[in-house]
Amino acid sequence: MATLIDLAETPVRELNQALHTPSTATWRILNPRGAHAVACGIREDLAVEVEGHVGYYCAGMNQHATVTVHGNAGTGVAENMMSGTVRVRGNASQSAGATAHGGLLVIDGDAAARCGISMKGVDIVVGGNVGHMSAFMGQAGRLVVCGDAGDALGDSLYEARIYVRGTVKSLGADCVEKEMRPEHHAELAELLKAAERDEDPADFRRYGSARELYHFDVGNTAAY
Amino acid sequence: MEPASHGLRESATFDRATIHAIQRAAETGIYDIRGWGAKRQLPHFDDLLLLGASMSRYPLEGYRERCDTDVVLGTRHAKNPLRLATPVTIAGMSFGALSAQAKEALGRGASEVGTSTTTGDGGMTPEERGHSKHLVYQYLPSRYGMNPDDLRAADAIEVVLGQGAKPGGGGMLLGQKITERVAGMRTLPVGIDQRSACRHPDWTGPDDLAIKILELREITDWEKPIYVKVGATRTYYDVKLAVHAGADVVVVDGMQGGTAATQDVFIEHVGIPTLAALPQAVRALQELGVHREVQLIVSGGIRGGADMAKALALGADAVAIGTAALIALGDNHPKYDAEYRQLGSAAGYFDDYQDGRDPAGISTQDEELAARLDPVAAGHRLANYLRVMTLEAQTLARACGKAHLHHLEPEDLVALTIESAAMARVPLAGTDWIPGAVR
Repeated sequence: MATLIDLAETPVRELNQALHTPSTATWRILNPRGAHAVACGIREDLAVEVEGHVGYYCAGMNQHATVTVHGNAGTGVAENMMSGTVRVRGNASQSAGATAHGGLLVIDGDAAARCGISMKGVDIVVGGNVGHMSAFMGQAGRLVVCGDAGDALGDSLYEARIYVRGTVKSLGADCVEKEMRPEHHAELAELLKAAERDEDPADFRRYGSARELYHFDVGNTAAY
Repeated sequence: MEPASHGLRESATFDRATIHAIQRAAETGIYDIRGWGAKRQLPHFDDLLLLGASMSRYPLEGYRERCDTDVVLGTRHAKNPLRLATPVTIAGMSFGALSAQAKEALGRGASEVGTSTTTGDGGMTPEERGHSKHLVYQYLPSRYGMNPDDLRAADAIEVVLGQGAKPGGGGMLLGQKITERVAGMRTLPVGIDQRSACRHPDWTGPDDLAIKILELREITDWEKPIYVKVGATRTYYDVKLAVHAGADVVVVDGMQGGTAATQDVFIEHVGIPTLAALPQAVRALQELGVHREVQLIVSGGIRGGADMAKALALGADAVAIGTAALIALGDNHPKYDAEYRQLGSAAGYFDDYQDGRDPAGISTQDEELAARLDPVAAGHRLANYLRVMTLEAQTLARACGKAHLHHLEPEDLVALTIESAAMARVPLAGTDWIPGAVR
């Protein structure tokens, strides 16, 4: 039996403190109405269903929990997530999954600019399109885009890997298309399966770092 | 031959350092990157003097009457504010820029005298958490090593927007300092140059910052004081915006503040001096009616008890030291002069913190060099220095008749120069003239 919290009556602070010392494993949150920092800082393997739209930083720094947003999410959903799963049934605003170290972020709809910015190990699967500068300075982890990518995809990329099914408007500095080898098809298939998607891995292209900006070189100044 | 004794005249515009800089640029094709802070002459606390008590004010008896030094930081919103025994803290310096031994020594020294130390870019190490009674966790744009468990383990959180040495700049930890451990903490390959971002990845501007601070409070159950640190530039506005965003403590770092690796042109030409920034910050807090409710920490070129006393008199609640703390640990010590010279520097001049070959074992990740620094002995030296700073400030405060360092006030100060009088908003010594003040 899920614990029911109605944010029309209960402050977010009370909700989060309850989630930090949980009495049950399943939670249902009603009337989020765009509230910020909903279900952030969870440390345990909880299942949290949020029935509506959320504001900034929903499920921020999540550890172990599975948080599902049945609506749209504002800026920085699952920012700095360490583990667990966050799923947005609608669209996500900018900086989705920013700096996240682990876990799986699934956005069924579109994600705005800077999706996966500075990602550090998280896996992100976006059902629709992503905005400009996605995976900017991405260090580790995988970003899967089932739709199209905006300008400057993967700018200043480190070791994160990017898969895009649709078009890429432009690649950022030091980001290049790379060969899809069998191991990439395999890991992409696993990611799509984990995200409950049915796209064919064969339809995707892979992008990664050319690793030419890893050391400061005065000869590269035109790229900066 | 001494050139000056033979009538040769050095150019004030093209002095020897300038000539060398041009020659170096011409030879290398790359700008100079170094550590330390601004080295140019700037208006500073030396340009202020304290007015000891005489007829109109009673001094306190030295060695007898109390002059308290404690400070509480984070009283505005946090459940657990920091209670420090002395209002001098250790500024943020990263593991990566500094050796693990140096970080441990900073923690040991600060803890010995009951004050706080601060993490830096790259996250929290067990050495510094284990040896720091009060540890402030920096929340930086790069989020290298950012971990919610460490956030909860900290005693306060400092959201860093910038630092005095390079306001508006990010950072670059050069590859020679990226060992396996440093790289692992930052989730990056070993040996590459690691860029630290100049902007936070998930918020822009003061309205977003308010929501970010809300999130940090929610994650830590409103227990931790939240600081906002800015490099000194548009300080009056920045402090007001930080207060509106919900900061418990504002940290203002003047352009003399140190860095581990920044372009020389950036260090010397961006930002304003600590002396110019501090009164702006105090004015902002006073106009919002939160002076002393939102505490103010000032850093950038703080060297001793006199600087501390003068900063507190101008309205700071505490000061923070970085470069001075490293010197106390052993940086630039004459015993390493021969080795500094082998690196093209000398004791008293060494600023190549970016290079990773620090003979003192402080700004290095080389295991052999780092092992030279004994964290226990170095920590004790830092504690000694912090005690001296505190004693010096108490001596000056007693002379002004103050039973607590926080009782020092601008009326206890005069300025030696017109510039410092205008910046500090205290009268030129021997006059009642404050340049720019509206009567």
